[in-house]
Amino acid sequence: MCLSVPAKIESIENDMAVCSVGGATYRASLLMLDMNELAIGDYVLLHTGFAIQKISKEDAEETLKLFDEFEDFNEILDEEERISGRRIV
Amino acid sequence: MKYIDEYRNKEKILSLSAQIKKISTKKVRLMEVCGGHTMAIQRFGIPDLLPETVELVSGPGCPVCVTSRSYIDKAIAYSKLPNIIITTYGDLIRVPGSTSSLDKEKAKGANIRIVYSVLDALKIAQDNPDKKIVFLGIGFETTAPGSAAGIIKAQMAGLFNFSVFSAHKIMPPPMAALIDEGVDIQGYIGPGHVSSITGSHIFDFIPAKYGLGVVISGFEPLDLMQSIYMLVNQYETKSPAVEIQYSRAVKPEGNIKALEMLDEVFLMRDDWWRGLGILANSGLGINEKYASFDAEKQFEVEVEILKEDKGCICGTILKGISKPSDCKLFGKACTPAEPVGACMVSNEGACAAHYKYSRE
Ligand code: SF4
Repeated sequence: MCLSVPAKIESIENDMAVCSVGGATYRASLLMLDMNELAIGDYVLLHTGFAIQKISKEDAEETLKLFDEFEDFNEILDEEERISGRRIV
Repeated sequence: MKYIDEYRNKEKILSLSAQIKKISTKKVRLMEVCGGHTMAIQRFGIPDLLPETVELVSGPGCPVCVTSRSYIDKAIAYSKLPNIIITTYGDLIRVPGSTSSLDKEKAKGANIRIVYSVLDALKIAQDNPDKKIVFLGIGFETTAPGSAAGIIKAQMAGLFNFSVFSAHKIMPPPMAALIDEGVDIQGYIGPGHVSSITGSHIFDFIPAKYGLGVVISGFEPLDLMQSIYMLVNQYETKSPAVEIQYSRAVKPEGNIKALEMLDEVFLMRDDWWRGLGILANSGLGINEKYASFDAEKQFEVEVEILKEDKGCICGTILKGISKPSDCKLFGKACTPAEPVGACMVSNEGACAAHYKYSRE
């Protein structure tokens, strides 16, 4: 019940949307979101029949990018540690 | 971007695992307070990816698990009223009451229907004007706005044969209560979907008052590993804070529209939590303005005498003190097919997640 899944908006009619998750489609109420900010193709979090939040593409990319940067940073630290023979973190 | 596969990249997960090992020098116990996290952590085998210094424990975040037995008993009592239809999320149906369950009553002929959404319950109310429809509203801040929306819609449509029996609860009070009780934890993996609604500020008091960190996490393995990394880092560097790892779905201010709906319909009240007892201002009751949609104000019922199960240690599991494997009944007298306690019923319950995914 607590499950919320990212669902893609396929169509919008009044305050309801048809969303797809994997191969399945669900109807979702858009009452809790700002309709002006929603478009077909956007992803929303679907929870018990309501879209409870729009998923931000920018932030999703940012999280993944941050992770890459942080991986790079760790490699640099590893390298420094190897050279200096001293533990940094 | 599908928001799932990207967060299941095996190399990235393993690399994070190595990084956590590297920065973790002191023993640390982190608690996940969301049932969805409990399930994901077991499903993806996260504990196996962590060094011995990092231990994860489940907390009070499975709504079905913390709901009182007397709530089930009362729902069963409602189901015996004439011309009534009980509508409920599927999770609740097999939870044992004192002597019965909604499932058993349904088999005996009670009109109990499983719905996916409160909107389905409204539809049933519309289609059955001669019946009274009670919706069992359980869940935290993620789910409560749905019940609020249902009540507001019913009011607008004049559906006065619809009501909600609320056991909605809010997350911060048990999180504070656990620390007050001295449960040994050093940080919280913050509930991602609760925070989609509430925003992150409701947790600000945790680092401020208790010096513990909260990282609001997503539900994919990479999200969880990254959140654990952030919490371990906070702990090692003694810099507890509220951070949002799950920024794609959580804004610091939350979902204002949903919060307004909660405000419109509900009123904070003291509520009972399995394991923690009564916590001040931890539950959501329906306010006076919407009293005609409050099942508790609409129906008088006699509820059977409460009988708790002996041997079930669900309460201490929800507090992160015991593990499911500490329970003598686990996997023997208590299984998902024949649950003794609520923690074995819901998919999000620690006992059920452990039973399903544990490779021990
Ligand atoms: S295994 Fe069953 S009886 Fe034991 S604590 Fe879990 S739910 Fe309760």
